[in-house]
Amino acid sequence: MSNIVFPAETLDLVKKIIARYPEGKQKSALLPILHLAQAEWKWCSPEVMDYVASLLSISSIEVYEVATFYTMFHLEPVGEHVIEYCRTGPCCLMGGVEVYDHLKKRLGIQTGETTKDGKFTIKEVECLAACGWGPVFQIREKYYMHLTNEKVDQIIDELSK
Amino acid sequence: MKILTQHIDVPGIETIDVFMKNGGYKAVEKAIKTMTPDEVTEEVKKSGLRGRGGAGFPVGMKWSFLAKPEGVPRYLVCNADESEPGTFKDHYLMWKTPHTLIEGMIVSSFALGANTSYIYVRGELMYVINILEKAIQEAYDKGLLGKNILGSGYDLDLFVQPGGGAYICGEETALLESLEGKRGNPRNKPPFPAVKGLWQSPTVVNNVESISATSWIVNNGGDAYAAIGVGRSTGTKLISASGHIKKPGVYEIPLGITVEEFIYSDAYCGGIRDGHKLKAVVAGGSSVPILSAENILTTEAGEKRLMTYESLSEGGFATGTMLGSGGFIVMDETTCIVHNTLTFARFYHHESCGQCSPCREGTGWMDKVIKRIETGKGRMEDIDLLVDVAKKIEGNTICPLGDAASWPVAAAIRHFRDEFEWHVTHPEEATKPGAVYMRPGASWTK
Repeated sequence: MSNIVFPAETLDLVKKIIARYPEGKQKSALLPILHLAQAEWKWCSPEVMDYVASLLSISSIEVYEVATFYTMFHLEPVGEHVIEYCRTGPCCLMGGVEVYDHLKKRLGIQTGETTKDGKFTIKEVECLAACGWGPVFQIREKYYMHLTNEKVDQIIDELSK
Repeated sequence: MKILTQHIDVPGIETIDVFMKNGGYKAVEKAIKTMTPDEVTEEVKKSGLRGRGGAGFPVGMKWSFLAKPEGVPRYLVCNADESEPGTFKDHYLMWKTPHTLIEGMIVSSFALGANTSYIYVRGELMYVINILEKAIQEAYDKGLLGKNILGSGYDLDLFVQPGGGAYICGEETALLESLEGKRGNPRNKPPFPAVKGLWQSPTVVNNVESISATSWIVNNGGDAYAAIGVGRSTGTKLISASGHIKKPGVYEIPLGITVEEFIYSDAYCGGIRDGHKLKAVVAGGSSVPILSAENILTTEAGEKRLMTYESLSEGGFATGTMLGSGGFIVMDETTCIVHNTLTFARFYHHESCGQCSPCREGTGWMDKVIKRIETGKGRMEDIDLLVDVAKKIEGNTICPLGDAASWPVAAAIRHFRDEFEWHVTHPEEATKPGAVYMRPGASWTK
C-alpha cells in the first residue's frame, strides 16, 4: 500500500481533473483517475482502488463497484502489452476470426491469458467503433486497423523487441 | 452536399488556424454576437435536425424541454460514447476534425444557457480524447472558450470525460450516472434529464453529429438545412459503412438518396466486393432489424427504398427497419446469418447492465440458445424459443437496450428462418468452417 502513490505530476493532473466538476462532486473524477491509475500500475488492484478512493474522499466500495462494471479496467495482473481485439459482427465479416486465431497461435495463448514471459495478454472486447477499418485490435491507446495475419506478425515482432 | 465533412481532408484541419481559415468558428461569432439563445434554438427547430445517435428525436424540441429555474446551472453533455456495432462516424469526425464538434458545443451551449459542458467519449478512444483536449486548449487560447467569450459576457468551460468501456453509457441517463462517477445503470424516466439530469440539474444530452450540425444551421439558417433531404428527414447524415463492400468508410449523404445508390455508387460504398452478391444489410447499427437484399433495396409497395428515417422504416418490422445511428453493415452471400446474429446476441448479453431481469436473463438465454444452434446442437423448438424470449424482453425494460437486444434476433429469424432451421437439420454440414446455407432461388444464391 505504502508504495502506491502517484508521481507529483500526476497528482497535479488529478487536482485539475477534480476541478472540472462542481464543489462536492469530485466523485465524477473517478473514471478519469482510474484510467490514470491503470496507466501507472497496469491493473486496478484492491490497493490501487483504495488509493483512488482516498484521493476522492469516497469509500473503497464506491471504487470497486465502478471498476468492476466498466470492462476497460483490469482486475487481475496483465502483461506488458494488452491486446484487446474486437469480436463483434462487422470485424468478423472482415475476417476477424481467422486473424485472431492467428494471433492466439502466434503467442501460444488463449483469450484472457498472458504469455509466460509476461509480455502479452490477449483480451476479447466488444465493438471498438472502427467497423469499416476492421478487423481491429487496440493496445493501450493505439488502434491497429485492417489487420491481416502478416500485419499481426509485424506488430508482435515490433513489440517483442 | 457536405456539411460536417466538407473540409475533413484539408491537411491540418485538426488545428484551429486551418479550421478557422476554412470558415470555422464563424457560427460562434454569429450566434454569440448577433443572436439570442432563443433565436439559435428557433433556427435548430426550423432545421428539422433529428438526433443522430439513433433515436431520431428532433433536437430543437429536445432543447425546448430544458427546464430553466433561476439560479440552477444547466448542462450540455455531448454523447460521444459511440458503441453501437457498425457505427464509427463520431469516432471519424472527432479524430479528423475535432473543432467541428467544439464549435457546435459552443453554439449549442450558448443556446441552452449552459456555462459548463462535457463531452463524454468512450474510454477506448483515449487517442481521440487527447486530440479533443488539444483542440479545446486551442479554443481557450483564442478566447472562444472560457470567460467572456469574444467579449460577449458569455462564459463557457468545456471538458472531456472518458468512459470506461460500457455500451450502456450511450443511453443518456446511464451516461449521466457514469459522468457522476457511478455504474452506468439507466435511470427511470421521468424525471427526464431536461428537468433532472447531471447532478439533478437540467441537462441536454445530444450526439456528436447532432451538435456538430448546429454550427452550419446557425451560419446558413434552419430553412436552408431543412431544404436538404426529404420530408421529415432533413439535412445530411453520416453513414458508417462496413462489411463486404468495395469501399468501407464514413460517408456524409444528403438524406433521401436511394439505398441502391448508397451501396452501388462509386461516390459511396462502390458496390459489393468483386465476385460477390448482396445478401443482407443491417442499415442502422446492430440493434435494427436485418433485411434481405430484396427488402433493403425495395419497399413492399415496390418503390426504391431511400436513406431516410421514414423510407427505411416503411413496412414496419415485417419488411422494414430503421435508420438508427447510420451504422450500415453490408453482407454478401458468404455470410452466415446465424453466426452474425450470435455475435450481436453475445454483444447485448455482455453489455446488459443487469438492472432489469428481462434483459439481464433474456440476453443470456438468447446468446446461449443461438450458440447452441450455431454449434450444431440446436433443436427445432429453439427457434421459437428465441422468438419468445425476444418478445418478452421487448418493451419490458427501463432503457432501450432490451429492445436493441431483441430486435436483431427476432429479425434474423423473421427473414432468415430457413438458415436457422438448416443448422438444426444439417448440424454436420453447418458446423464445417465457412459453411453457409444457400437459399434456393434467392438473388444472392449462385
